[in-house]
Amino acid sequence: MKKLMGRDKDREITKPIYHLDRAVAEIEKKIIEAFEVFDHECNKTVDVREIGSIVRSLGCFPTEAELHELLAKVEEEEPTGYIHLEKFLPVMTKVLLDRSYRPIPEDVLLHAFEALDENKCGYITKEELVKYLTEEGEPFTREEMEDMLSTALDPETNTIRYRDYISMVVVDES
Amino acid sequence: MGCSSSVPDRRSEKDYTASMCAPLLSVLTVIRAAILIQNWYRFTMARLEMRRRYSLSIFQSIEYADEQDQLQLSNFFTFMLDHCTHPDSVSHIFTSPSVSQVVDEGLCLTEFENKIDVPDSYYGPRLSFPLTVEDANALLHAFRNEQLLHARYVLQLLCETRKVLKEMPNITHLSTSYSKEITVCGDLHGNLDDLLLIFYKNGLPSEQNCYVFNGDFVDRGKNSMEILIILFAFLLIYPNDLHLNRGNHEDYIMNLRYGFTNEVSRKYKDHGKQILCLLRDVFSWLPLATIIDSKVLILHGGISDTTDLDFLKALERNKLKSLMRPPKSVRDRQDQVKERIPTTRPSKHQNAAGKTQHISSSGSTEPSDPALKEWKQILDILWSDPRSQNGCTPNKCRGGGCYFGPDVTAKLFERYNLKMLIRSHEFKPEGYEISHDGKVITIFSASNYYEEGSNRGAYIKLNPELIPRFVQYRVSKYTRRQNLQERVGTIESSALKSLREKIYAHRSELTSAFAQYDLNGTGKISVTDWAAAMESVLQLELPWRMLRSHLAQMNPEGEVDYMSCFYDLKIGQPIKEVQPALVETLCRYRKDLEIIFNIIDKDHSGLISLEEFCQTWKLFTSHLGIDVHDEAIDKLVLSIDYNKDGHIDFSEFLQAFHVVHRLEKKANS
Repeated sequence: MKKLMGRDKDREITKPIYHLDRAVAEIEKKIIEAFEVFDHECNKTVDVREIGSIVRSLGCFPTEAELHELLAKVEEEEPTGYIHLEKFLPVMTKVLLDRSYRPIPEDVLLHAFEALDENKCGYITKEELVKYLTEEGEPFTREEMEDMLSTALDPETNTIRYRDYISMVVVDES
Repeated sequence: MGCSSSVPDRRSEKDYTASMCAPLLSVLTVIRAAILIQNWYRFTMARLEMRRRYSLSIFQSIEYADEQDQLQLSNFFTFMLDHCTHPDSVSHIFTSPSVSQVVDEGLCLTEFENKIDVPDSYYGPRLSFPLTVEDANALLHAFRNEQLLHARYVLQLLCETRKVLKEMPNITHLSTSYSKEITVCGDLHGNLDDLLLIFYKNGLPSEQNCYVFNGDFVDRGKNSMEILIILFAFLLIYPNDLHLNRGNHEDYIMNLRYGFTNEVSRKYKDHGKQILCLLRDVFSWLPLATIIDSKVLILHGGISDTTDLDFLKALERNKLKSLMRPPKSVRDRQDQVKERIPTTRPSKHQNAAGKTQHISSSGSTEPSDPALKEWKQILDILWSDPRSQNGCTPNKCRGGGCYFGPDVTAKLFERYNLKMLIRSHEFKPEGYEISHDGKVITIFSASNYYEEGSNRGAYIKLNPELIPRFVQYRVSKYTRRQNLQERVGTIESSALKSLREKIYAHRSELTSAFAQYDLNGTGKISVTDWAAAMESVLQLELPWRMLRSHLAQMNPEGEVDYMSCFYDLKIGQPIKEVQPALVETLCRYRKDLEIIFNIIDKDHSGLISLEEFCQTWKLFTSHLGIDVHDEAIDKLVLSIDYNKDGHIDFSEFLQAFHVVHRLEKKANS
């Protein structure tokens, strides 16, 4: 993760074709593996609500809007609530080959928090953060907000020291 | 903040500062920042979710693999139980007529009173029969304070319970008209805290508060005995308001492996044998299912395409003391199969029918032998799991019972005019799960089943309209609530720990599997080959690529140093005399050997003779088809008879074969 979070300069390496085949096979195996973790009944389907977790656990950072676009491509014509591997695999392979949904570097994330820190004092109050994240952008559900606060909030000051929070989560992820 | 509206006023003020809101903090900036943070946060949560899921997969795969080993070895255990004729061996209490007299029908409360003294120094609860609510409260109080109930009262309670259970039909019929709501609880598995929490949240059983407990009260947890005592006490007080269904763990052979036998022997040194013997009978008298308002069927596992409720209603349920001992005719057939095919576990994903010995003859075949039919009917309702695919196929993960699809459920519902099936038997992260279009509900009441934070427990409240309502809970030993990151870290490291033990126990097989891919003997293979080798040997259906970073080292070229997955493991106390292959065998079959030890150990003295050990060992290894030289065994035996008195402290010996982790990884690594 550390690598993903760091500054990732555009390094498009054009590989010879025969390498590409192997790379595709490798990528497909990775996707199938992630898919199967959520395929409880081993019948090559997963609940549509798990797709976000699968895509993201493969190192992608799609927004909710992008995720919905992706879902539209992999869903059956008449949505059943389940996604089939055979539909998901080619779409996801392309996503990984094209490197869509680029990682968010740590410094960009820090800037985002700073942007919300009006007074540039290194923290955001609980009320401010809840307001921004549940009312703006692609709003958090109450559960998401509570989960985030359970880790991010300093209960004594009722604020979020975002630098500490980011480094804690990033270390945990690496 | 209301930035946009307040901006003009603020600007006009003298004390305007750059920090006060907002030409800087435009709406667009806020939205962009919010989207970015939300995106990043959802990413980190997804990664955590993935780690949580694969950790649960590890636990479950290992659990089912163990269950399957147990079933695979049922022939052997049956053989041991049948042939272990040592005069005072423990197995004797299960078969000998002299001991069964000890717990015979005629045996009444006063006899235990005369035979077993309760010393004045005993400060636990004292029961008098018939039991009252005060007795039940005293028991709850005592168990909260970790006291034991004296063996005399346990035996008396079990005798009384058996009397009551004997009067009950195989399938209990209940009606919601007598009580406002009925509470249904699933697996408890010896987690007393869960039962106490359910009673605290939902009230004690009473005429106004009806309960159904759906099996698997015992095994795995530390307080199986206490759970049974509480449930049985309330059963005696409110026989019409508390109902028990038998689970697949209410089975004395299962108890040998999964801890209940050991728990009883440890807690009741003098009367453990008697208690276990009586329990074997009590378990066999537990009703098989409960039906509410003729509409809701409650049973432990599930159904198959041959499940026949009328047949189940009529059979003599107490004849089947253990499902792990199939009727003779099945055993013969399995023995034949055995000779042809070595024990290999089938893959979940591929159809491996016929490749492995399956304890059930599941499918549409109706056995002609009546004993066989009874056994199969009960096996199917105690061991099966629902699946979303249609049809009825053998339960390959567990090795017993079947998988039943929505069509099987629909057919049974039509035949018996049912509306809902409530079953337990399967771990669920949320404590419950709804399947088959809302027709089948799984309820699992043991929270933190695999590890602190691994899952919630739940129970169902059924109102007179038969609409289910779920109540979830989690017992926590921590005063401070762990956050999500910490919880996942704990579960993950504990799952990886059991996985590493499994890996170590298959060291030689893995090493040769790796070597097949390593043609040049570099000690390094590709990730793909490494993953293939891991799966071919362990067959746990795990995401090996994802787990690789936790299990083995990789060089910058992306190759796996395959021997590194054994680096931080070692056997507790290395015994020089024992060759490595033998150590691995002992390590892998430690649990099975423990069971065998429990069977042949005289009176739980903890000691067996060298001769007994050698004979058993030879039988066991030949049953498994393991080739161990006699010389190696002789050396081993000599090395473990520490004081050279011709006896072995077997459990101490096995302790030496625990896998130890050299460097405990950080919880969050």
